[in-house]
Amino acid sequence: METKNVMIVGVGGQGSLLASKLLGALLVAEGYDVKVSEVHGMSQRGGSVVTYVRFGDNVYSPVIAQGEADYIISFEKIEAARYAANLRKDGKIIVNSQMIDPMPVITGAAQYPVDVLDELRGKGVFVDEIDALSLAQQAGNAKSVNIVLMGRLAKYFHIEKEKWIEAIKNTVKPQFVEVNLKAFELGYNF
Amino acid sequence: MKKLMLGNEAVARGLYEAGVKVVSSYPGTPSTEITEFAAKYDDIYCEWAPNEKVACEVAFGASLRGVRSACAMKHVGLNVAADPLFTLSYTGVNGGLVIFVADDPAMHSSQNEQDSRHYAIAAKVPMLEPSDSAEAKAFVKAAFEISEEFDTPVIVRMCTRIAHSQAAVELEDRQEHALPAYEKNPQKYIMAPANAIRRHPFVEERTRKIAELGETSPLNRVEIGGTEMGIICSGTCYQYVKEVFGNTVSVLKLGIVNPLPTRIIKDFAANVGKLYVVEELDGIIETHLNTIGVPCVGKELFSNIGEFNQTTIRAAFGLPQPENVTLETEVPVRPPVMCAGCPHRGLFYTLAKHKITCLGDIGCYTLGSAAPLFALDSTLCMGASVSGLHGFNKAGGADSEKKTVCVIGDSTFMHSGMTGLVNVAYNGSNSTVIILDNSITGMTGHQQNPTTGYNIKGDPALAVNLEALCHSIGIERVRVVDPYNLKECEEVILEELAVDAPSVIISRRPCMLLKYVKAKPPVTVNKDKCVGCRQCMKLGCPAISFKDKKATVDATQCVGCDVCTQLCRFGAIEKGDR
Repeated sequence: METKNVMIVGVGGQGSLLASKLLGALLVAEGYDVKVSEVHGMSQRGGSVVTYVRFGDNVYSPVIAQGEADYIISFEKIEAARYAANLRKDGKIIVNSQMIDPMPVITGAAQYPVDVLDELRGKGVFVDEIDALSLAQQAGNAKSVNIVLMGRLAKYFHIEKEKWIEAIKNTVKPQFVEVNLKAFELGYNF
Repeated sequence: MKKLMLGNEAVARGLYEAGVKVVSSYPGTPSTEITEFAAKYDDIYCEWAPNEKVACEVAFGASLRGVRSACAMKHVGLNVAADPLFTLSYTGVNGGLVIFVADDPAMHSSQNEQDSRHYAIAAKVPMLEPSDSAEAKAFVKAAFEISEEFDTPVIVRMCTRIAHSQAAVELEDRQEHALPAYEKNPQKYIMAPANAIRRHPFVEERTRKIAELGETSPLNRVEIGGTEMGIICSGTCYQYVKEVFGNTVSVLKLGIVNPLPTRIIKDFAANVGKLYVVEELDGIIETHLNTIGVPCVGKELFSNIGEFNQTTIRAAFGLPQPENVTLETEVPVRPPVMCAGCPHRGLFYTLAKHKITCLGDIGCYTLGSAAPLFALDSTLCMGASVSGLHGFNKAGGADSEKKTVCVIGDSTFMHSGMTGLVNVAYNGSNSTVIILDNSITGMTGHQQNPTTGYNIKGDPALAVNLEALCHSIGIERVRVVDPYNLKECEEVILEELAVDAPSVIISRRPCMLLKYVKAKPPVTVNKDKCVGCRQCMKLGCPAISFKDKKATVDATQCVGCDVCTQLCRFGAIEKGDR
């Protein structure tokens, strides 16, 4: 199988590392060769963060380069656009509609580009926008945005729902399983 | 059983399986998790040392006593540990000793982009470089074998993309090594001139022998593919090359990156058409090829700046790139920022308000240099703020002393700030040193340090008393302020700048992200009182933004630190219900 590429992007502190952990565990359980690449340290402090998940028969590079991503899962609206150059021509973007102002916007040095997803759609990019924050709150914990988005990814992915549920049970702390399963369903059925 | 593991976690597993007994390290991205994961194994004694030099010397002591030992650090940490390293090369080891160093090409979280391979060459010690998690674990074990067989410390070089990438690893059992009886061996371990003179030829002979090992070791391997082109590479570059070329080219993958082999390179070159070297940062393999007279193309095509990926390789070889989408809209940058409720913010606000010159240091507080605070004037290396301030004041005189401070975190102060403070006291500058004591090593992801009262396992430990330490160094004026209290901060900073004496201000408030720190209810903006003066925006708090010409507070981010409520002259920001 040709290597498949999923990018998980967002703002430091939004919980993208747990999402990549879940996805990685699921893909390993499915028998794929998997590589997951993260950046820790300075960029985690509210900066733009990106995690690469790659899987297939034999994965070499740990990173996803320009024009290679089959999916971009974005935890924040403009972060999807920031990494859009990495998307394949026929790739899909799943994006949380939440907007978090970066510091240049807060200080007034830049404007938040609200129409950026429309521009992507205008260029023929498949964009699935979802209010993951509201769904996470509905599930019972605003921090489950990551699992709502994984639920949404599961909708398009080739792996059965039951396997995802199994992976969630094995990945999140026992006390958060219930909330996260709810979050997963809300994302999946949105 | 196969498990997905970070490169760093795989190194820790390798330490466990290799029967390592002692690990001492100082945290530094991207090396930190090696020691954090190693500490999860009860069979390994692990600790956070105050700095990398101490860590390396602890590993030396453990090796001298006959056990396998290790230390881990980021690339700049090896600068600090360079002193023991260079002479460790002469003493050699008793129990195997391996130093892990993690380079950070592209500087995801670093102040420079140095290539640690230069250290292996300069200190004349072997260096191995794995290219994924499975190799990371295997190379740890190989490194200990080389260390003991050739009587040498060994460096294992990681880089961000190996250290922080997860890949499948096969777990194996731990091999225990009994503690041998201690035997004194002064000729080998006392590096006074008479002995060191005898050890140097040993070191040169050892390098020759390890180079010979590299000719046949499976750590260096040839992968024959298409023979029109041959590529020599190591580490993460191997993965990028394979990603782009698969088996269409032949590859010489080097696992031992110092000393470099000669015969296998010449044989490889003879069997392929055009020969290329793909290496990140400096052209070290290429220089070796030049020395042994093997023509190749390397830095002519590849930069010595930043990290590579598939795009870089394709571009260098003129291959087509996959199609992608480009946007006209410019997406504003999202730099890392100090968190909402960060205790450093109030202090930096005060420094910025009074236009105080501030020499900075390495830690989260480096973020105080960014807009809108612009509170820092310099950041060099660990500890440089304190010694730099002394020099700045000696050069600028009394006028400088009245309007210049430095800031340094608790962990960084323990690392190498206190020696600078000794210099301030001993050589007498009226410097004002601010210790930002947030009770943790923050930027690297919350590691304990000698001031926090806990060890790496989270067990209670002796805590260095910063006030008593500063007093004993000879600083009489030691003040403690709460950085959430702007008025107190301002008064104390201005007072200490004014006095003709060296002083230390300890700005004490635990990092807001620590589990035991409880957030207060978020503040709210009274829209009727807010006049839109944007004074609160000068704090650079990510929880405060402007909507419809009024301040607004993001309740999901605000932790109720109340610094902004003290700042608003119109009382428009109100404390949350409590």
